[in-house]
Amino acid sequence: MMNASEESRTGLCGTGQSLTGWTGRILSVDLSTRKIGTMELSHETYATWIGGKGLAGFLLRPQITLAWDNPFMPIIFMTGPLVGTIAPTSGRGVLMTRSPLTGTVGDSSFGGALATQLKRSGWDGVVITGQSEELVGIEIKDAEVQIVSAEPLRGLGTEAVFRALANKGSVACIGPAGENGSLLACVMVDRHHAAGRGGLGASLGAKQLKYLSVSGTGRVAVADRILLKKAREDIVRLTMASPALMGQQGFACFGTGAVFDLMDARRMMPTDNFRSTHFSDAGKVNAFAYRERYQPEKYGCKGCHIQCKKVRPGVGGGERRAMPEFETMSHFTALIGNTDMDLVLEINALLNDLGIDTIGAGATLACYREIDRQEKGHRVMDASEILELLQGMAQGPEHLGGGSRRYATAHELPWASMSVKGQELSAYDPRGAYGMALAYATSTRGGCHLRAYPISHEILRKPVATDRFTFSGKARIVKIAEDTNAVVDSLTACKFIFFAAGLEEYARAYSAVTGLETTAQDLLRAGERIYFHDRVMNGINGFSIRDDDLPMRFFSEAGSSGGGVEIKPINRKEFYQARERYYRIRGLDERGKPLREKADELGVAW
Amino acid sequence: MEFLVDKYADKLRRAGLCENPVVGGLDDVLVWNRGADPAWTARLTPVFGRMNISGLVFGCPAEPFATILEFLAAEYPDGFAPKDTETRTFLHELPVIHEFTPKAVADVLGRRKSVIIATPSVMGIAAHGSVTPEQGFVTFSSVCFSSFVLFFSEYLRHVRAGTVSPARRTAFEAAVAHLEPMVEQGPELACGPFADREAALQAMVEAGRATVEYRLVDSYFGNISCLLNQELLISQTGSSLDELPGLIDFCPLDGSSTACLTASSELTAHSQVYAKAGGRAILHGHPRFTVILSMDCAERGQNVTCEIGKLDLCHVKCPAKRYLSGEDGGVPIVPGEVGTGPNGLANTLPAAMTGRGAAAVWGHGLFTLGNTDFNQPFQALLDIENGCRRRYFATVDAAEGRR
Repeated sequence: MMNASEESRTGLCGTGQSLTGWTGRILSVDLSTRKIGTMELSHETYATWIGGKGLAGFLLRPQITLAWDNPFMPIIFMTGPLVGTIAPTSGRGVLMTRSPLTGTVGDSSFGGALATQLKRSGWDGVVITGQSEELVGIEIKDAEVQIVSAEPLRGLGTEAVFRALANKGSVACIGPAGENGSLLACVMVDRHHAAGRGGLGASLGAKQLKYLSVSGTGRVAVADRILLKKAREDIVRLTMASPALMGQQGFACFGTGAVFDLMDARRMMPTDNFRSTHFSDAGKVNAFAYRERYQPEKYGCKGCHIQCKKVRPGVGGGERRAMPEFETMSHFTALIGNTDMDLVLEINALLNDLGIDTIGAGATLACYREIDRQEKGHRVMDASEILELLQGMAQGPEHLGGGSRRYATAHELPWASMSVKGQELSAYDPRGAYGMALAYATSTRGGCHLRAYPISHEILRKPVATDRFTFSGKARIVKIAEDTNAVVDSLTACKFIFFAAGLEEYARAYSAVTGLETTAQDLLRAGERIYFHDRVMNGINGFSIRDDDLPMRFFSEAGSSGGGVEIKPINRKEFYQARERYYRIRGLDERGKPLREKADELGVAW
Repeated sequence: MEFLVDKYADKLRRAGLCENPVVGGLDDVLVWNRGADPAWTARLTPVFGRMNISGLVFGCPAEPFATILEFLAAEYPDGFAPKDTETRTFLHELPVIHEFTPKAVADVLGRRKSVIIATPSVMGIAAHGSVTPEQGFVTFSSVCFSSFVLFFSEYLRHVRAGTVSPARRTAFEAAVAHLEPMVEQGPELACGPFADREAALQAMVEAGRATVEYRLVDSYFGNISCLLNQELLISQTGSSLDELPGLIDFCPLDGSSTACLTASSELTAHSQVYAKAGGRAILHGHPRFTVILSMDCAERGQNVTCEIGKLDLCHVKCPAKRYLSGEDGGVPIVPGEVGTGPNGLANTLPAAMTGRGAAAVWGHGLFTLGNTDFNQPFQALLDIENGCRRRYFATVDAAEGRR
């Protein structure tokens, strides 16, 4: 066991200035040398990159050209300045490295209590490099840090790991999928939460890191508690006024599954591997049906009053199990033609235990199903076959464990992979929301709905409604939303609360916590810098216009019109024009590469 | 984008808020509404360069708002924070600046949704949006509403205390002279009970449009619902009551679908009113004098100095039984914030609506209930607002007479 504060300090430019909000200390752990140290960044660096995604990106940049499994490639767990304070929904953290699945910047926001515990233990984040010779865990208890053998946990599912580490505080761990290098592997946090996308579980596996546990007892310093309390009141008041969050049909009552019926009603529920957009059995497997059948309980991240997570009581006094999120509900019913809710729950538990991204797994399974039909003709896939295929995804990067793009390409049917940059699309069909179409394409981590989340205005009508069937105005809207969400992931807060509050209110919280007088536009500028930095890192690794595109199907096949709504194929020319506008607004050249002058303007290293 | 900037410029005109609005929308190219004054657009274009925004609305407000804002900007040179729900929830405060430069405008809009620009030559409001120009339109409208409520509320307080300054009196008289005449009779709306969804939808569209035409809502927002068999039909969140076609959600009473996730934030309040008070149709608007009187408790003696008042919690915890008429048995006033939280009006409104069929929410607006269709709640909305307006001026007259 080592006391990190007494170990090596790899200070970048420590100033000795006192900080509030941030602890000013980042833990570094080299698993090759077993060296544990402390990094200190300047106050200016914190103010420039904020925390979370921004700060992690700053630390990732020097190594971004390395292969994802190179021992020198860092894996970064990062908190933000609001974590551990009373700022609403600020218990989240960000995990970042280079994505094994896509090769892009790979970051994933995670919930639970890990980020709060990390902050309370005196660390803004943890940077992990090297590669251990044996399977290990990193255990943090305030300033005490140790690397311990995790060989007894080898091959175990995450549920067993959480049980074994029940007295270790908050835990992030991988299951067999991560250990075996599955490119769909995720990192599970505190049993019910996940850093889901990008295959980041494989990154931990490559370093032979089974888990990270954190237990902290400190308090986070805040510059102005009265101002923070006022900011919190303003944010909570807005939350209470939000039907999507706190209404009787909202996330607080039904979890993210509340979106399920709406997606089908708007004729944009991905069905049968995105071959159609309406699932006739949706009413049988909606959030209400889950509630009636399983009586889930409210649960949520540390520091959140919305409690959108839903868990079901444990059987026979066992641990509570997470209910499926909206994307899991949708992808394991409509996308693969299943109407068995018990099976969805079994799948959800299995994938969480294996440590696999449910969105990627669902879309990869749907891809497999379509190719299988193409090659062998129509047949019904039963529950046992589905479970067996999902088990197989955890065995390694081969076969379905490499994700849909690799599988479809290997079968010379690349069009069957519904992915962008190799990452599978989530449960919003882009033919029903053109902002979503553009946002999928421009996302720096591939087919992700959360980078800009246009569903907020195109479907949920917040902050105002936009016409979902036009690209007019969407280029700038998507760009600003990407910047905003980059800030949210850097503070680090939850994107859902931005259905109700905005950076106007969070700037007040940030100012109160850090003592830095900051406006919403100041934060948005930082968000622009952080997101542009993603594009720079991706650009260095060769990503460009050809990667900012959608699967062919969306341009050539109509969705399921009905209910007074026509779902046409997306007009490719209009899509490309919108992308061109996005490039101009974002400061990219016509090939989607970052422009030097924009980098200079934003203070991003070139 | 051209469509949107023209649409919201036109709405500002039709609402009587601004005669020559300037509405800008930016995707990769900046466009202004047709007829936008080039002198204004030249001055405002650099604001887009200083901010990450998609839309900007500017205009010199029409009367009586111009007079009101001119007075308030002089009274509160740095800005003010009315206590109504609109400000408390969404605007937070209304900053004022006294120079009209892109930097000064952008600096304030960087931290708040709006800025009031008060210079010797300009009395204007600027507001922005990160998504569409509609946000600027909504904010512009809300600034006018909140300022109106503050101005008339303060006059009532000062006239009672005998502290009306000459400038305030002059502004008050000028503003009153610009008030639109009262309309006593509402329109004839579709009669219920409604046979089917289509009939109910048409009736809601008609009533919603009339509510806007009679200026009983600010920013076009309020909400409207009706009960039909086992469904509650309600306007969607953020929908303009004059543009309801396609923006009404069908909510099964048994909660078996969440497809109406986009329903008004007051869905729970509406459904609880139907459950507790009966009825088939609810209208909710923000009539100005109703809102002003809902916040006026001076007639109850010195309750303004009660502990709740001192803590500025009247809007959520006012313990008194209060009525718009000032007498028991009138339209009750209840505390409550927007939505379903522990302080939400969904907890206070339903019981208050029982029996009287109407209730005001402190600093927010008025809910009215009909047994079969929207004729009864519409007329009630109109009558109650007219009654509040008469009572307001009667109170002012009486107080001035006393002095």
